[in-house]
Amino acid sequence: MDERELRELTGRVKAGSLSRRRFVQTMLGLGLTAPMAAEMLATAGVARAETKWSFNPTKRGGGGLLKTLWWQAPTLLNPHFATGTKDQDASRIFYEPLGSYDPDGNLVPMLAAEVPSLQNGQVAKDGTSVTWRLKKNVVWHDGKPFTADDVIFNWEYVMDPATAATTQGSYRDIERIDTLDSHTVKIVFKKPTPFWAAPFCGTEMIIPKHLFQAYKGDKSREAPTNLKPVGTGPFRFVDFKPGDIVRGELNPSYHVPNRPFFDAIEMKGGGDAVSAARAVIQTGEYDYAWNIQVEDEALKRMEQGGKGRADIVASGNIEHIGLNTTDPWTEVDGERSSMKTAHPFLTDPAVRQALNLLVDRGSVQDQIYGRTGIATANFLNAPSRFVSTNTRWEFSVDRANAILDGAGWKRGGDGIRTKDGKKLRLVYQTSINPLRQKTQQVVKQACTKAGIDVELKSVTPSVYFSSDPANPDTYAHFYADIQMYTTTMTRPDPQRFMDQFTSWEIASKENKWALTNITRWRNAEYDRAWKAAETEMDPLKRAALFVKMNDLAIQHVVVIPVVFRPWVQVISLKLRDAVKSGWDSDFWALAYWSRHA
Amino acid sequence: MPALLGISVVLFTVLALAPGDPFEELATNPNVPPEVRQNLRAKFGLDDPLPVRYARWFTSMLRGDWGFSFVSRVDVNTLILQRLPVTLVVLGSAQLLAIMIAVPIGTYSALRPYSLFDQLATTLAFIGFSLPTFFTGLLFILLFSIYLDWLPFIFRADIGAIGWRWYWEHLRQSIMPVAVLGLFQAAAMTRFMRAAVLDVIRLDYVNTARAKGLPEKTTLVKHVVRNALIPVVTLVALQIPNIFGGAIVTEQIFRVPGIGSLLISSILANDTPVVMAVTFVYSVLVVVSNLVADLLYGWLDPRISYR
Repeated sequence: MDERELRELTGRVKAGSLSRRRFVQTMLGLGLTAPMAAEMLATAGVARAETKWSFNPTKRGGGGLLKTLWWQAPTLLNPHFATGTKDQDASRIFYEPLGSYDPDGNLVPMLAAEVPSLQNGQVAKDGTSVTWRLKKNVVWHDGKPFTADDVIFNWEYVMDPATAATTQGSYRDIERIDTLDSHTVKIVFKKPTPFWAAPFCGTEMIIPKHLFQAYKGDKSREAPTNLKPVGTGPFRFVDFKPGDIVRGELNPSYHVPNRPFFDAIEMKGGGDAVSAARAVIQTGEYDYAWNIQVEDEALKRMEQGGKGRADIVASGNIEHIGLNTTDPWTEVDGERSSMKTAHPFLTDPAVRQALNLLVDRGSVQDQIYGRTGIATANFLNAPSRFVSTNTRWEFSVDRANAILDGAGWKRGGDGIRTKDGKKLRLVYQTSINPLRQKTQQVVKQACTKAGIDVELKSVTPSVYFSSDPANPDTYAHFYADIQMYTTTMTRPDPQRFMDQFTSWEIASKENKWALTNITRWRNAEYDRAWKAAETEMDPLKRAALFVKMNDLAIQHVVVIPVVFRPWVQVISLKLRDAVKSGWDSDFWALAYWSRHA
Repeated sequence: MPALLGISVVLFTVLALAPGDPFEELATNPNVPPEVRQNLRAKFGLDDPLPVRYARWFTSMLRGDWGFSFVSRVDVNTLILQRLPVTLVVLGSAQLLAIMIAVPIGTYSALRPYSLFDQLATTLAFIGFSLPTFFTGLLFILLFSIYLDWLPFIFRADIGAIGWRWYWEHLRQSIMPVAVLGLFQAAAMTRFMRAAVLDVIRLDYVNTARAKGLPEKTTLVKHVVRNALIPVVTLVALQIPNIFGGAIVTEQIFRVPGIGSLLISSILANDTPVVMAVTFVYSVLVVVSNLVADLLYGWLDPRISYR
């Protein structure tokens, strides 16, 4: 898929021969994000789709109490300190960003009067600046007006290293912010920035200057408003107990007319996912529960005649197997899997191809994940399969055998293939998780049939996903031949996601294994494409670059995608418009939620 | 005090050696650059050597500063004060329930040993203390919440209601966690009460009391039960740490926002200052309950005096 073909496709959407949703799905299949797809359509002149709500009340309130359940409890209510989605979601009840992403990836104005674009001239042609016009009638919950100063303050607050904000990554490309008038800001970037919506959009909410300016830097944790937020959102703060419950009440001066519908909201945290699902589906005590990682069979049983249902939303989260390109069994300068080594046999393309054919994604989906894991080859898809939305992957022990035979890997007396004195023996590691152990078994069986000996290893999740530089069992150390875990793509733009295959991101002892290229794969062509995408302003050309990066990685079998992991929420059958967006917080459209009798 | 000091050293070391740090989630999130996490670690002093960190924690503890939670960025004492009342209320009512069940049933069983009532009570008691609280908790949820749909199984510390409704809602949601803990306690206590009463009731002074014509009720309450309670009080006091253990599990199952669930979530999040503080509070509660037991002895048995 090159730029020309992409243009052709956007043309077809414009002409009406291809549906918008289908186009977005296809782009997701290519490893792009829905927001990027939406941007491509906008460039092609396809009008942005308005999000439709099934209920349009004529007055505020009247909906009673909305009860939501998060099995991880929020621990703080300052979005700039959020350590996970739980904190971002809790903050989102009270705070808002300039723009939110709907499920199709469209940027929807929240505190902004309109969404900037190249077409309306608010995004500079060279990508060095973006101008945001703010909504005029917005007031903070304490009655003070929301202005351009608040926007600028958030950037200054985050960038002060002493504040210790977790959101720095989204703001560090900003060089300065100019105030054009009290409700217009111009964000100037250090270099051309195609993804200009990183700051102030999605989960990047805006906090009030007048209440936080005295608590910038070292004093940031003393701010009383860290626990008692004063925002612009649909609900005002009532009560917060860290690690337990957040409560809010209707904001009578909310800037969207006739919203919200609910008079009060409660977000209860703690417990486990299974009982959270029960509380919504079986007892109906709660209206909504977040991120239900429960085996599909259990969910289906609950859903029979229940009061709620599982809502499954596409995401960019991919369970995949990474192949080590370095040698995990030789120690060089105090580290294994060092860049100075090469893997004894995984550097052979034939072995990589064979492994790709030996992962039975169909069985993994059918027998292990059900609706909560969809078989895919799409982490990185091959171009010829582009137009087909059916994910094409192949499982064939025979072909794998043929490839290995052809490459000169001969079976020994013990049935294990050998070449030049090297045996095809693999250590396959992952975290302890019943689903993953079952998947390991499926892969191991197929490999044994193809003459590859696989040793399974599983590590406690708290160790495996930890960032402890002293522990050799973390996924970033990658002291194994192949390993399996899920990477999450929560950001609306793939640039940061794709840096996991660039040569400067290789995790090693030198950077305490903090960088993202875990497979240690290096490819000059990939690096060039990534750099070009970083500053390419034409969304179609940029998309083509990402597609190319995907192709490179799939051709070289750097990783073997196994299943997509969609988001799973459970929702009361009575709740309307509680649509989750895979690119934003669960509460991105909280003001529009409603319940029928 | 030396015990508390030793506990704190061991705990601190174990926590420091355990894998992970409070900013784990940031590490696996590609949106957050690694520098951010390293900054946070440096700012909160997590990169310092273990003895330095312990000394810092210890000196501020001496000054009455419990430190602050890395995860919530709130002072630890605020967190604990928010949650302690709930734990105390739930544990207190569970204990009360246990006593209210155990004392009369134990006494009655002892008065008619090997009767049908006694056999039944014994059987139930054995079942009661054989089943761990996490199991009975789940069983109760399945039965009373899911099949019968009578009781809510998610505990909400602040209910948006006033007056009678507030009490009613609190009562409804407390029934299951209190019953689970209380029945578990009651089972063991019933057996103990029965044995204690059986011991006392054969003694001569009971016969004397009866012989001098005291009504049976007075004999029982003033002479038998009061004396039989002395060993039971010891048992209750010694079992306090057990109840706290059970309460941690029960709080997690019913989402009761007490210090037990705070402990679990802080351990999972590697939030060292909170874990240290909660364990400290637990040790204090255990010491205090032992003290209360000692004082109760004096009241129950005037022969014991504290001078």
